Amino acid sequence: MRPPSKAERAAYAIGLVLLIVGHGLALFWVPPERMMGEVGRILYVHVPAAWLSLVAYTISFGAAVGFLFTGRRSMDHTAVASAEAGVVLNALLLATGSLFARPTWGVWWTWDPRLTSSAVMWLTFVGVLLLRSVVHDPERRATWSAVSTVMAYVNIPITYFSVQMWRSIHQVQSNPGTMDSDMVFVLRFNAFAVLFLLLGWLGTGRRIAASIDARESAPPLESP
Amino acid sequence: MKTATQRRLFAVAALAVAGSALGMVSYSDMGEDLVYYWSPTELRANANAKGATVRLGGLVVPGTLQWNRDDGTATFDVTDGSATVRVRSQTNPPQMFREGIGVVVEGKLASDGAFDTQRVMVKHSNEYQAPEGGHPPDVARTLVVDPS
Repeated sequence: MRPPSKAERAAYAIGLVLLIVGHGLALFWVPPERMMGEVGRILYVHVPAAWLSLVAYTISFGAAVGFLFTGRRSMDHTAVASAEAGVVLNALLLATGSLFARPTWGVWWTWDPRLTSSAVMWLTFVGVLLLRSVVHDPERRATWSAVSTVMAYVNIPITYFSVQMWRSIHQVQSNPGTMDSDMVFVLRFNAFAVLFLLLGWLGTGRRIAASIDARESAPPLESP
Repeated sequence: MKTATQRRLFAVAALAVAGSALGMVSYSDMGEDLVYYWSPTELRANANAKGATVRLGGLVVPGTLQWNRDDGTATFDVTDGSATVRVRSQTNPPQMFREGIGVVVEGKLASDGAFDTQRVMVKHSNEYQAPEGGHPPDVARTLVVDPS
């Protein structure tokens, strides 16, 4: 496997520093939420996980379309790396959302449009990764997973706009007009932390995918 | 091994299927039949509502909340502005529950026109604000000690 690039190391370092400072701000500096109290602070993990899982899935979608049009295998490496990152962030989103919902709404889970579409989003991209693991020819795997990624991506705008298209228990998107300015700042700070970690992660994931690809594309060793 | 043309054909086909699926969801009337909760007006208007387990959503009417502290039950009115339904709760609502807030309750419309529920959920708005006066409100405590 290739060694990590300077950019990849830098992204991890910046992301880690931002994450530590950002969580310090979120836990100790920013005021608690008026209605929710201290439990409202889970927002600073939940919302960055939501934003960056959508970003990761979008990168995966762009790379999948890019692979299908250009045939460049490095696009497939980007697609799988960002799909994996998206699935992990999506799992974090669902877990923190559940922990958030119990004390505020009163339930761990309810089948409202936002929650359901977020769960479907996770399942479909897990499906894409499962599909990858059962197809062994690298070229065919890249094509199949690119097509399935495009299909899975249909649900991303549905998830994002679900709170506006349907009645739900989940509130619609907040904006700086509905949110305390200190909270907006800390939220964005933590989102940038996760963004940098995501960029580092994409670098690592691409290197792993490239090394798997190289191994599988190599001609078989001559056996004695 | 796929040729470049085949692969591009896959891309166009996948994008077309994905795009039309998204268009169908966006512009169809799915939302008309698939609703997460009914408003009080819809609950009143629907003759089949009695006895079926449904969700009812609306705002808790200020001044209508009555607690029974001995068994933890509560009654309150839920409104959408035009119709109002009296809700009998057999459960402890979550800590954010209060008069004037949005709720979604799961249960059944009783024959006397009230709504019996075992599950009260609070619908929070998209507002996130610092507490007035600089201290976090101890909401759980104020609900138990002073329900006003």
